[in-house]
Amino acid sequence: MEPYLKHDSVAALMDRSNVDTDQIIPKQFLKKVERSGFGIHLFHDWRYNDDGTDNAEFELNKPAFKGAKILVAGDNFGCGSSREHAPWAIADYGFNTIISTSYADIFYNNCFKNGILAIRVSQEQLDKVMAEISANEGVRFTVDLENQQVITPAGNGFSFEIDPFRKGNLLSGLDDIGLTLKHVDKISAYEVQHKQTFPWLWA
Amino acid sequence: MQALEYAMKKTMYEKIWDSHLVVDEAGQAPLLYVDRHLMHEVTSPQAFEGLKISGRKVRNPHSILATMDHCVPTKNRNLPIADPIAKKQIETMADNCRENGLNLYDMQNPNNGVIHVVVPEHGFVHPGMVVVCGDSHTATHGAFGALAFGIGTSEVEHVMATQTLPQKKSKTMQVVVNGSLSKYASAKDIALAITGKIGTAGGTGYVIEYTGSAIRELSMEGRMTLCNMAIEAGARAGLVAPDEKTYEYLKGREFAPAGDYWDQAVAYWKSLTSDEGAEFDTTIVLEGADIAPQVSWGTSPEQVVGVDGVVPSPESFADEGKRKACEGALAYMGLTANTKITDIPVDLVFIGSCTNGRIEDFRIAAEVAKGTKVAPGVTALAVPGSYHVKKQAEDEGLDKIFIEAGWEWRDPGCSMCLAMNGDELTKGQRSASTSNRNFEGRQGKGGRTHLVSPAMAAAAAAAGHFVDIRTL
Repeated sequence: MEPYLKHDSVAALMDRSNVDTDQIIPKQFLKKVERSGFGIHLFHDWRYNDDGTDNAEFELNKPAFKGAKILVAGDNFGCGSSREHAPWAIADYGFNTIISTSYADIFYNNCFKNGILAIRVSQEQLDKVMAEISANEGVRFTVDLENQQVITPAGNGFSFEIDPFRKGNLLSGLDDIGLTLKHVDKISAYEVQHKQTFPWLWA
Repeated sequence: MQALEYAMKKTMYEKIWDSHLVVDEAGQAPLLYVDRHLMHEVTSPQAFEGLKISGRKVRNPHSILATMDHCVPTKNRNLPIADPIAKKQIETMADNCRENGLNLYDMQNPNNGVIHVVVPEHGFVHPGMVVVCGDSHTATHGAFGALAFGIGTSEVEHVMATQTLPQKKSKTMQVVVNGSLSKYASAKDIALAITGKIGTAGGTGYVIEYTGSAIRELSMEGRMTLCNMAIEAGARAGLVAPDEKTYEYLKGREFAPAGDYWDQAVAYWKSLTSDEGAEFDTTIVLEGADIAPQVSWGTSPEQVVGVDGVVPSPESFADEGKRKACEGALAYMGLTANTKITDIPVDLVFIGSCTNGRIEDFRIAAEVAKGTKVAPGVTALAVPGSYHVKKQAEDEGLDKIFIEAGWEWRDPGCSMCLAMNGDELTKGQRSASTSNRNFEGRQGKGGRTHLVSPAMAAAAAAAGHFVDIRTL
């Protein structure tokens, strides 16, 4: 995983609530056995017309949002299935930051495993940020994870909360499994005790 | 002293959590031990690839049970899979399981079926376990009083390598369903009614424990249906405390405790129920008798109404977000506000999935379908959740009832629940489906899904539109 660095990027607006993982990456693209190459399928059913051309009505197809790394979206983003193909598609498309009031549980976890910073803000804060993008499409925000701050040109910036463990992993780009395996002795000790307490599970 | 005793009262979730903590140190996420790891072909290949690249091994192959369900055809199983990408995914699954010594019920295996239907059939999940799967409907196994939740593919790899997962402790929500359900209302209707009441984000951050007499009266199959859809209300997991029905169901199954271990296990399981007076962070109460058969009208499982109701109008929602969502859903669904639910026609009916693909579901549906004919222009699919369900149904003669009524009787798989295997709606087609999600495009691009119980689905197939089954 790449370390998450401070950046200054275009913020794209997706003013929709309950964006589900079936929309983020429709099921016909879940058959691949690799992790890469899902970006072109991101939001497929909204993004493309039936003939495969870009749907000009779809917000992310606006020229002003080209190259955006920040996605600003409505409540309960990423609800539905556990498919990690959703954050893979989001990251592969180029986003590394999402700003919303809330996320579905599994999706939220999956984001951090893939170098995506999912920021939670209040409804009031989200409304302000959305209004700023609407008024000035193509506006760039600065995201500073180290200091837990988002800075916007019109002064709608804010600081955000994040679990220190998740923050550390994003900043360092560290592998979760490696961290857990530092505790391998404790896992082994737990298993010894587990076998004594629940012998039927090991029979 | 009294305060101390009070503080020690625990919910079932807290008991399972505490007994599975491997590491709980300041400055890092608690590490939770995983007893059972379930797998299917869609969310695992990249995890095996990651394991291989990093030179790691599966820590406990015996903790894993794998099946093929999402991409498998539900007819002509003997022929090669036509879709080359799906075929490769299926082959990759078989290779990965063979290389790592994992128990796989492949497409031709008599134990094959949808992972969340197969696993209980073999008694692989017990009360008090921590169970994971790269699949959000893992919540199903909460029906046994196990803490079961869906994970992403990175986490699948993590569990294979370490048998643990870093986890954040959830809040607890109690959903009480008092009294008894009315005739023809089912676990599915409870699940939809709860999602309608609290919304798809209502359970976010929570583990739900379902309690109350209407829950106690549910069969194990019904409890599985209910817990399966805990995720539709946003919850991490759903739980039902184990009782005699749970033990009766498990006893004698392949992976259930046997011999002297049985009594020991049951004694432990009995200790798992939430302590009298244990506190939940939130409690929601429903009256069983008030729950009508439910029909979803929109593109989110919270957009649901009783079959005797009407399609709501956007103006009926005070919240602006919900009003906009209603407008969008009506446009996508091709519905007009205030249309009676029973006036909505259907083109296709699907009975199956990890939500409603068990023997009880087919018994109830067959009871309604018996002596009827599928309405002209309607296609009706009965897709058993596993080969065991299929065989049981055939032993009881249910297949004949469906076939005589004009239904297709298929081989098991996820099929039209998420339409990855070629079974799907075409643009504008409308389904009555016993699956769990009515998202845009879920059953095929432009397809329109109405979520219902098996009895409601069977009635809709015969009438060609939704029917209030209480009036049959």
